Formats: sequence, structure tokens, C-alpha cells
Amino acid sequence: MTSSVSVCPVTIRIQEDDFDIAREIAVLTKSRTDIGAVVSFSGICRADDDSAKVAALTLEHYPGMAEEEIRRHTDEAVSRWPLNGVTVIHRVGRFMPGQNIVLVLTASQHRQAAFHAAEFLMDYLKTSAPFWKKEESDAGTNWVEAHARDDKAAARWTRS
Amino acid sequence: MKVKYFAWVRERVGKAEETIEPPASVRTVEELIAWLSGQSEAYAYAFEKPKVIRTAIDHAHVKSDAAIAGAREIAFFPPMTGG
Repeated sequence: MTSSVSVCPVTIRIQEDDFDIAREIAVLTKSRTDIGAVVSFSGICRADDDSAKVAALTLEHYPGMAEEEIRRHTDEAVSRWPLNGVTVIHRVGRFMPGQNIVLVLTASQHRQAAFHAAEFLMDYLKTSAPFWKKEESDAGTNWVEAHARDDKAAARWTRS
Repeated sequence: MKVKYFAWVRERVGKAEETIEPPASVRTVEELIAWLSGQSEAYAYAFEKPKVIRTAIDHAHVKSDAAIAGAREIAFFPPMTGG
């Protein structure tokens, strides 16, 4: 049976294991002919944070709330843009520079909705999903401080 | 009620979670933070800048004037730095 109503499967995973971007895109688009655009954003552990040289990052999260908070924002993204699929994978544990931390995939008929939704989701992941980074660097071991620029990035999506 | 702490709030308090029974006069998140701060130096240190602390009740972000009545789980943590 065919239907003209597009379906938007949403996958949210919090895991220690790495992800395979190509595989996740293949899962999102499998057997679909209505998807014309997939945007992929990956967040990667960086070796330099401002002036300090980072040796490793440890990601802590609030189990239960993290999934629910991401779900609230994927629900909002689905209501704001015509999306055909969303995948959010956030890793937790200890990471070395160069390793993957987060993946956001958004699929749509056209690129604009996919770009906007991916950016929206990342801006909110940064400021409202309960994850915290602890940084090991040549300056010692410190909890990463939140940046005002991330709050500003998320605030631009607020609808009055 | 169950209380959870994360990141440097957890490290300063010295535990990840506990069950607390604040007096009935403690009605809001703000009042709960003030009451906890009076319990020991560890709490006072964790909550020394109460405006920085973020709070969630039953897995949803709330403001400091939110009522705590009926809460099953309250969590305190620093501003988030994921992604």
C-alpha cells in the first residue's frame, strides 16, 4: 500500500561505541525514494581548546533525561521542518583528539529543511541536552565551561 | 525525594545521588538549594554560586522559582557542554 504522507523515523542513541556515518545514512535512507537530501554533522574531539593542548575528553551524561531532552528537540524539529528522518547519536566515555563524539543526520525532500534542522538540533544539543565535558590538557584536568556563543546560537531559533 | 548531582556539582557534593527529606517550608528549587547549602561545607561549596546551577525536575529543565512539591527526582548540574 502506498501513502502520500511522509514518515519520519527518529532514532536517538547514547552509546560508548563509535558510529559509522555511512552506515547510519544507509539505514536512514533504506527503501526510501522520497528523500532528496541528507545532512550529516559530526562533532569530533579537538586537540586544542583555546590555548590548552587537549589530551583527552570525558563525556558524562544524565541517563534518562538526556534521551528525553533530545527527543523533545527532535519532536520540535519534525514539527518545524518537513523532515523524512532524523538520527542523533551522542557518545559518552573518554575520547582522544580525532575521535567522534556526536552525529546528527537529518533527511528531507529538499536540502534547506535538512540543513536548518541539523543546525537547530546541534545548537540545542550544546545548550540543553544534559552532557558535560571534562578536559585533560597540559593545563590540568578541568570541566569545560559553557560558552555564551552557544547560548546565542540556540537563542536564534526561539520563536516569539 | 531523590536528588542527583552531575559533573562538578557531583564532585563537590561528594556523591552522585541520595534521598533527602527537606522540611515543608522548603517549597522551591531556590529554597532547596539554600537548605542544602546549610547542610555541610561540601554542599555550600557545590552551591556557592546558585545562579550558575541548572536544575531538572523529573527529567525536565526548570527555573529556580519552580515548586518542588510532587517531584520524584531533582537533579542539579552545571551549564551543559555536550555536542
